[in-house]
Amino acid sequence: MLTLYGKDYSSRLLLGTAQYPSPTIMAEAVAAAGPAMVTVSLRRETAGGKTGGEFWSLINGLGVDVLPNTAGCHTAKEAVTTAQMAREIFATNRIKLEVIGNPDTLQPDVFGLVEAAEILAADGFEVFPYTTEDLVVAERLLDAGCRVLMPWCAPIGSARGPLSIDALRSLRGYFPDTPLIVDAGIGRPSHAAIVMELGFDAVLLNTAVAKAGDPVKMAAAFADAVRAGHSAFEAGMLEPRDMAVPSTPVFGKAVFS
Amino acid sequence: MKLTVNGEERAVSADTLAALLEELDYEGGWLATARNGEVVHRDARGRCRLAEGDRVEILSPMQGG
Repeated sequence: MLTLYGKDYSSRLLLGTAQYPSPTIMAEAVAAAGPAMVTVSLRRETAGGKTGGEFWSLINGLGVDVLPNTAGCHTAKEAVTTAQMAREIFATNRIKLEVIGNPDTLQPDVFGLVEAAEILAADGFEVFPYTTEDLVVAERLLDAGCRVLMPWCAPIGSARGPLSIDALRSLRGYFPDTPLIVDAGIGRPSHAAIVMELGFDAVLLNTAVAKAGDPVKMAAAFADAVRAGHSAFEAGMLEPRDMAVPSTPVFGKAVFS
Repeated sequence: MKLTVNGEERAVSADTLAALLEELDYEGGWLATARNGEVVHRDARGRCRLAEGDRVEILSPMQGG
């Protein structure tokens, strides 16, 4: 069972709600994935409240916990204000904290991230920080009050999958008791399976499902991959060997010559 | 009075944030507001007095990753 800030979840997949071909397909993909949470955001309302209202009804109808994000924020101050506004709208203390440091790579500004995490954790937020695989930054985030870490495995939306397996492995080894969710960079179900096999607790993704040829089918495929990877981690995997080793017993083989 | 609402210049007669939402036809319990970078909670909008040049942000739930 996955436990995040004291709440248990049966799914180890967190799914974004952006970029789907239609709201209906988004809702069907969420149903197919059965995620622990769906991520949402806040944007300027231009239609007198109607645009947000329609999305709000759709999200409420899903019956899934929401994880609001601070996507697009470039300073700690912006992220803190956005988080406070998200708390009011979505009536949750959960916040996916993003402080973006570079417009091309969308990599986190880890300094602003730690600063914002301290302020928000002290204000009662349950902070889910989007971070890198850096161990020292991870330590600082835990010191700031985060109880979950969400390292990227490749740049957001890049679909490149885990670029730095060793760094992810050492993060997992270094923080055995902290829930670690790989957020960003997953492109296909095998990528999700790989990080789950490494022992990560969950995966957060969006574009890989939303931009698939059939998002609903892909949502189900990711749910399967996440389950398979996690089960494999629990089962304990065979380590690679240098030489071939016969699987059929050699002892007792008939001799014909 | 001139304000910047969601990045656009607007000339309005409202003098509180609650009145501004009404004047601009905003409705719904899913809106969040900020004035000059500070959050203004729902129940504080009626006593949030606006001044010339204020920057107001009105946000609502949207798709996110």
